[in-house]
Amino acid sequence: MSPRFEPITGRYLRLDLLGKAHRLYLEEAGQGIPLLCLHTAGSDARQYRGLLNDERITKNFRVIAFDMPWHGKSSPPPGWQETDYRLTSRDYVRMILEIADALELDRPVAMGCSIGGRIVLHLAHEHSKRFRALVGLESAAHTDAYYDLEWLDRPDVHGGMVCAGVISGLVAPVAPAAERWETLWHYMQSGPGVFKGDLHFYMVDGDIRDRVDQIDINRCPLFLLTGEYDYSCTSEGTLDIARRTGAQATIMQGLGHFPMSENPEKFISYLLPVLEKIRVL
Amino acid sequence: MIDKIAGLVNADPRLVRRGRFVDTTFMIAIDDAAALLRVQEGRITKVTPGPFITPDYSFCLRASRDVWEKFWLPLPPLGYTDIFALVKQKLMQVEGNLHPFMANLLYFKDVIAAPRREMKR
Repeated sequence: MSPRFEPITGRYLRLDLLGKAHRLYLEEAGQGIPLLCLHTAGSDARQYRGLLNDERITKNFRVIAFDMPWHGKSSPPPGWQETDYRLTSRDYVRMILEIADALELDRPVAMGCSIGGRIVLHLAHEHSKRFRALVGLESAAHTDAYYDLEWLDRPDVHGGMVCAGVISGLVAPVAPAAERWETLWHYMQSGPGVFKGDLHFYMVDGDIRDRVDQIDINRCPLFLLTGEYDYSCTSEGTLDIARRTGAQATIMQGLGHFPMSENPEKFISYLLPVLEKIRVL
Repeated sequence: MIDKIAGLVNADPRLVRRGRFVDTTFMIAIDDAAALLRVQEGRITKVTPGPFITPDYSFCLRASRDVWEKFWLPLPPLGYTDIFALVKQKLMQVEGNLHPFMANLLYFKDVIAAPRREMKR
């Protein structure tokens, strides 16, 4: 019997990112329109395993999911031990543009979840010409902290366990057990302080409430998909963006904050009609 | 419902193992009523109903009866599925020394939600 390989190719990319040498891990599958996928805070590109393995998507889209620096199998930049990791809007936007350039992608579609769903709003506001379309999963213009983030990075609390514990309730209660625990496992493997550093963008620096009205969806179509069980990026938050921009928004039944990872099959049923609209743009 | 928690937790060996380093007493408050739950090596070894004069505990989870009853449904309504969902909406307060709670968050989340399993039976 031949080995049962998935159709995903994983590679390391060498590039200068934010002025420093980086070694970045990315996975891709498929051909056609580039679809650049952005994972959530404190996780990695494995969240997109369902999409990368789905022929209905990969027959028309080149799905590319990278681990952000510090995440997954991407290394932090040299000298990381002298700094505290803290993601800012400016760095996050530059990172995405520089990675798209390094991969020589021509007007890709960018799709991100949570922090990724926030940054696509920044991309829609500042760099709409660079993208064919933008897809925000669990997008809200801002989220206030609802617990003390200091708990996420201290030596007397297991970082992986507390990060998974904090996000566990954001998975829909009806998610399949295997996919729920796979999603938690990614959080358990996150490096010290990385989730907390991402949340600096999510809960402080990435606030875009004052610029949502300036997003022009005629320059770059924006699609929003949010799980009904997400109490972090709420349905109300997503529908508010839709109301203010004219973007198409769908509230997904039976899904939470990690739709592509907690229940890939159900999520893809919501994503396919969006991708079809993008394909014929 | 609090009186059911000890039996449900102690009958779940995986949950007891997850909490094997927990040694604390915490409080569950429902409206003005409260109970203290003693945890030793992951097992709930004592449940003491109030009222108390000088209760001694590490942390307390406080919410109204209406909130707790929705939280303990086998499939809670949107917004009532998780402790942090309630905290974010200011429907629950988590007070006191949170170290044992946060250091064993996955354990305590399942301990607190244990009555959901009873309701399913």
